[in-house]
Amino acid sequence: MQLFLEQLLNGLQLSLTLFLLAAGLTLVFGIMGVINLAHGSLYMIGAYAGAYAAAKTGTFWLALPAGLAAAALVGAAMEFIIVRRLYARDHLSQVLATFGLILFFNGFIAWSAGRSPLLIETPPQLAGFVEVLPGLRYPAYRLAMMAVGVAVALGLWWMISRTRVGMLIRAGSDKREMVEALGVDIAKLFTLVFALGALLAGLAGVMVGPIRSVQIGMGEQVLITTFVVIVVGGIGSIRGAFAGALLIGLCDTLGRAYVPMLLKSWLSGPLADGLGAALASVIIYLVMALVLVIRPRGLFPVSG
Amino acid sequence: MRLKSLALAGAALLSLTGAAAAQQPLKLGIVTTLSTPGGYLGEDARDGILLAIAEEGGKLGGIPIQPLVEDDKLKPGDAKQIVDKWIENDKVQLFTGIIFSNVSVAVVPSILEAGGIFVSPNAGPSNFSGKACHKNYYVASWQNDNLHESAGALAKKLGYKKMVLLAPNYQAGKDAITGFRRMYGGEVIEEIYTGLEQTDFAAEMARIRAAKPDAVFQFHPGGQGIAFLRQWTQAGLKDQIPMVVASPSLEQRIAGAAGDAAIGIAATAHWNTDFKNAENEAFVKGFRAKYNREPTVYASQGYDTAKLIASALNASGGKLDDSFRAGMLKADVKLTRGPFKFNKNQHPIQDWYEIKAVKGADGKVVLESGAKVLEQHGDAYAKDCNL
Repeated sequence: MQLFLEQLLNGLQLSLTLFLLAAGLTLVFGIMGVINLAHGSLYMIGAYAGAYAAAKTGTFWLALPAGLAAAALVGAAMEFIIVRRLYARDHLSQVLATFGLILFFNGFIAWSAGRSPLLIETPPQLAGFVEVLPGLRYPAYRLAMMAVGVAVALGLWWMISRTRVGMLIRAGSDKREMVEALGVDIAKLFTLVFALGALLAGLAGVMVGPIRSVQIGMGEQVLITTFVVIVVGGIGSIRGAFAGALLIGLCDTLGRAYVPMLLKSWLSGPLADGLGAALASVIIYLVMALVLVIRPRGLFPVSG
Repeated sequence: MRLKSLALAGAALLSLTGAAAAQQPLKLGIVTTLSTPGGYLGEDARDGILLAIAEEGGKLGGIPIQPLVEDDKLKPGDAKQIVDKWIENDKVQLFTGIIFSNVSVAVVPSILEAGGIFVSPNAGPSNFSGKACHKNYYVASWQNDNLHESAGALAKKLGYKKMVLLAPNYQAGKDAITGFRRMYGGEVIEEIYTGLEQTDFAAEMARIRAAKPDAVFQFHPGGQGIAFLRQWTQAGLKDQIPMVVASPSLEQRIAGAAGDAAIGIAATAHWNTDFKNAENEAFVKGFRAKYNREPTVYASQGYDTAKLIASALNASGGKLDDSFRAGMLKADVKLTRGPFKFNKNQHPIQDWYEIKAVKGADGKVVLESGAKVLEQHGDAYAKDCNL
């Protein structure tokens, strides 16, 4: 029971991190119709800027704004200089251009920061663990990450459903031509949405700094899972991104935790361990396939 | 008379081209992993090789060397393309550089089929160390199992009775678990296989916590290893469950990045910065001076690989025929790690030591070598090799 609770917390924490990445990706894809493979690079840039600021100032609390600002600025510049030229092009050009950006950013980081993995020190206030239940120690930092994830989800929900910008975003993802026809400066809206997505990716990047190592290629690793999340959730939908992130995050963690254990009840030890690991690593793709069979446009499709 | 002068001219011309051919540097194909989270491993191996070449003024064993370097991006397919291109267009016959076993397994057969020679500075997968051993395939580092055999021997020595083992789900991960089990002999409660690109181990750590082992063994090279150690501390497991690892999971770079999280871990290695022999002291000094950073075990392996190649080229006068092989197998060269010889499957026989992380004078975490764990240790596959 205690193990299950711990795994559930792990799953939720992964889900909320995935949500931060998926929210930006799904907005950009849903509203602008751009497949942005370089979304993972923004996550990496956030992490590196955070690591740099943390190393210079010695505190996580300055790493956080540095990472956010760097990711948002690079995101806005990326939209203004390159992505803007891709709206009218087909998906192949978009994939090629944004793939080129991945190579550029990876090369740039290797040149400027070196290939050695970096780390952001855990803020001392959150360095320890919390005894969630007697005997169950859970890292305080991971709990804080979950709190931030929930707060961002609520904030996004409020922005999308209650503010004027949110209204334009919703309208833009449904009927882009109509919004343009009504005289909304769609170019500005697009830059804003892109920068917002980049900001969230940067936030995820800085936040994982104290847990995972900050390294070249970290973005591509997480990007594939993020695409699975938005496809499962329904492309363009924030609600879908949230539901998809929860489903994928929980399935991934609980799969890794329990599939080998279940197999062990009717297979011999080492065989079950190996097979279990192999099965657990494809479980999110099985879930995606299943969801797409039942709901081809994802859990919460955007109409239009 | 005219005929004679013509012959003379011809001979002169011939000797000229002959001389030109001798001047032609020998191409050394270095295909290695320079990007991805495993990128610093290949970078250090490459820099170790290039340092040895630079120290000899662009030569190895007196033979001018033209190094070709390319990044395999940890993708077997990319590595194969690079190697095929070098064989086809550049007529490269001598190769080294591969870090990861999954790349090695895909690429080495193409090199050997084309009549080339491969000297591994790192990966030593079990696939090529037994029956499938080959006269043109040398491993200068270790057979994969060796690393983890030494960790297993250390765990046994430390008296741990039941353990959980973790490794990534690929060839070297499986070799790690096999190797550890071979020398450990105690009870293995659980084997946990992780993803090769996984950097969040929360789910696995919860399983370890629930399994309550005496100690845990984990194999996670590069960035993965750093992340593992940090999360281990954050989860409050560091002061509950001791950890035993082999050098890829605690080398100089990981110790530096993980900091305090590395202290207290029992590790093993065949080389460390503090080894007291003339070759090692010169290497460490040279590496720091040229690259302005601390060498890792990968750098020492690259350097030793180049030194072995140099000894063989010196013996063969630059030819890559049987005299090169005789020179390699003799291994008549002093390496940074100390005593070394080739087993009959052309993998190393060497010593393994205890390693631990301690706070250095400047507050930084450094690795310190201790007692010998295994002496002149070969591998379990050599007996199946008919060379």
